[in-house]
Amino acid sequence: MAILFRSTRALESEIDEYLDDVSNGILVFIDGVKNYLSKNVDSFKDNLTTIDKLEGKADELRRTIENNLYTHSLIPEHRGDVLGLLETIDDIIDTAKETLTQFSVEKPYIPESLHQQYNELAETAGKAGEAVVHATRSFFKEVKLVQDHLHKVYFYEKEADKQGDRIKRKVFEMDDLELCQKFHLRYFALHIDTLADMAENVADRLAIYTIKRTI
Amino acid sequence: MIFIYLTSGLFLGWSLGANDAANVFGTAVGAKMVRFKTAAIVASIFVLIGAVIGGAGATHTLGKLGAVNALAGSFIVAFSAAFTVAWMTKLKLPVSTSQAIVGAIIGWNFFSGSVTDYDSLTKIVTTWVLCPVLSAAFAMILFFVFRKVLEKINVHLLSMDFYTRIGLILVGAFGAYSLGANNIANVMGVFVPVVPFEPLNVYGLFTLTSAQILFFIGALAIATGIFTYSYKVMDTVGGGIFRLSPVTALIVVLSESLVLFLFSSEGLEAWLISHGLPSIPLVPVSSSQAVVGAVIGIGLAKGGRGIRFNVLGEIAAGWVTTPIAAGILAFISLFIFQNVFNQQVSKQVEYCLSDEVVTYLEQKQIPVRGLEPLRNEVYTNSVQFLSSIESHSPGSKKFVRKIIEASKITPLFIDPVLISNEVDRRWFTPGQYEAIQKLAGKSFKHTWQLKQALQNLSDEWKYKPENRKFKLYNKNLDKKYENLFSIFHVRNPSTKSK
Repeated sequence: MAILFRSTRALESEIDEYLDDVSNGILVFIDGVKNYLSKNVDSFKDNLTTIDKLEGKADELRRTIENNLYTHSLIPEHRGDVLGLLETIDDIIDTAKETLTQFSVEKPYIPESLHQQYNELAETAGKAGEAVVHATRSFFKEVKLVQDHLHKVYFYEKEADKQGDRIKRKVFEMDDLELCQKFHLRYFALHIDTLADMAENVADRLAIYTIKRTI
Repeated sequence: MIFIYLTSGLFLGWSLGANDAANVFGTAVGAKMVRFKTAAIVASIFVLIGAVIGGAGATHTLGKLGAVNALAGSFIVAFSAAFTVAWMTKLKLPVSTSQAIVGAIIGWNFFSGSVTDYDSLTKIVTTWVLCPVLSAAFAMILFFVFRKVLEKINVHLLSMDFYTRIGLILVGAFGAYSLGANNIANVMGVFVPVVPFEPLNVYGLFTLTSAQILFFIGALAIATGIFTYSYKVMDTVGGGIFRLSPVTALIVVLSESLVLFLFSSEGLEAWLISHGLPSIPLVPVSSSQAVVGAVIGIGLAKGGRGIRFNVLGEIAAGWVTTPIAAGILAFISLFIFQNVFNQQVSKQVEYCLSDEVVTYLEQKQIPVRGLEPLRNEVYTNSVQFLSSIESHSPGSKKFVRKIIEASKITPLFIDPVLISNEVDRRWFTPGQYEAIQKLAGKSFKHTWQLKQALQNLSDEWKYKPENRKFKLYNKNLDKKYENLFSIFHVRNPSTKSK
């Protein structure tokens, strides 16, 4: 019995650690966008390596958690839900890593007049991600707080959509850019915004799972 | 021959395990919190412990089948009950094994011309209604309490899972222990006086009495039932009526245990009364009915949608069918067994309203006016005797059972050898035991004569005033009397006179 309790505790801390990694990944992502825009090449490279490591570690943790849930047949009622939840959260850190990699590969030219808006977009999308990580923690520990975090996710996701929209409009109104550059800029606004969309996906699932979580 | 008879006891044990294990672990397995295999192992171990250790007190009684006075009759009664329960198990319906036994005994009563105590029928019907209602009410209350408390204390999803699982296993283990302790007498009790087992010393650690060996074998039969066939009924209880979540699965077994404990525990009643507290009225309860009631309670607490009423209808039909089918089956089988296989399935009991009986009844202020024509007539059938009494003295209806009981001829011989071998010294008080010894060598015609003789010798054999405070005391005294009657009863008077 003691062994079972210890493994339960270990699994709880693994889930916490996993969520920590996702949360750190989001912070690194915001920092990475900032560093790219301010041309801090070394720091940006540093961000890339960090997010790569975090993503790898998160993947590994997720697999261990899923494996443990199944081998010990834990939480039979919520096992499928938790599995789905962990996998969709994984999409957030995956998107963050993917976007930073795209910055590093494609090296988009972003006019200085747009820097602040891109930074703001990254921050808003990041906030949506942060809020959904909080919501997920609450789902495990304090279910009545989930709703409080979820409404923030929806709010930031909408904000990110609006900011992305503003960037695109502004980009296509600029006369000093080639059409291909405009496309490129539009795609990068879209990539950053995807992080908020991923957060929204997780939030949608959580909203349903929370109803099931009450006895 | 005894071993052939024993098989029906084992069959009854098997059916009991296959059906009643669901009351203990059905919800846990249905909610997928405990694997069937784990549940079966835990249940079997605790049924064994319960039967061998907890069932020890029951060795003094023969169980319900003790009412059947011939071994071949017990065999058929046990077989009919077992067959009915096995059939219900095949239909995946949770039913009460003891109700099947009572039904089969009523079948035997009809066959042998014995008077049926209709109280037992009322009890069965009350259990069908009252027990599920009580248990549903408990489950609903517990559900709301749990929900409130779980909202307040924030437990991690995984810790909650751990606590629920442990709770389910603990309550299940306790339930399995009670299942073994309470039912083993019904399964094996009648065979205790007749098995030829010697006490067995287990590696010098402890000694198993012959009754315990028998109970162990019976418990093995129950365990086999759990392992081989209990999954079906577990499925009905755990998911067929209403889909249970792990926490509600725990609430169901908790309410079931609470109802069984609060409404059937004489120990609790005695304790409450002795501490000057109001006691809870005792009502007939059964775990099969309680568990179904609790599941309905959860379904209702969650709004009532999702309860499968067709399954409930089948279960209710199963409850009604069980005692009736067991009774009919017992009656038919007894007929075949007696007439085709030429086995004695019941012993003739004689009733005679002799002068001494009349004197005794008059002492007890039981009116015997109008019964003069029956004086000293010997009846061999209690049903006939009953109708004679009722036709001659319609006013004595209230006392008719007491008159029959007093007129029943039960030859008793206080055999000194039986006193030292069969009477359990530890169970009787020294005064009680001394009184028995003083009667060594004496014979009695009626049980009340032995009672009177014992009461004259020792105050410890006297009943206390009939009130709630002494209810349990008097009931225990009755059990001791019954034990003596079964020990000293001369089953074959002709051999004794040789």
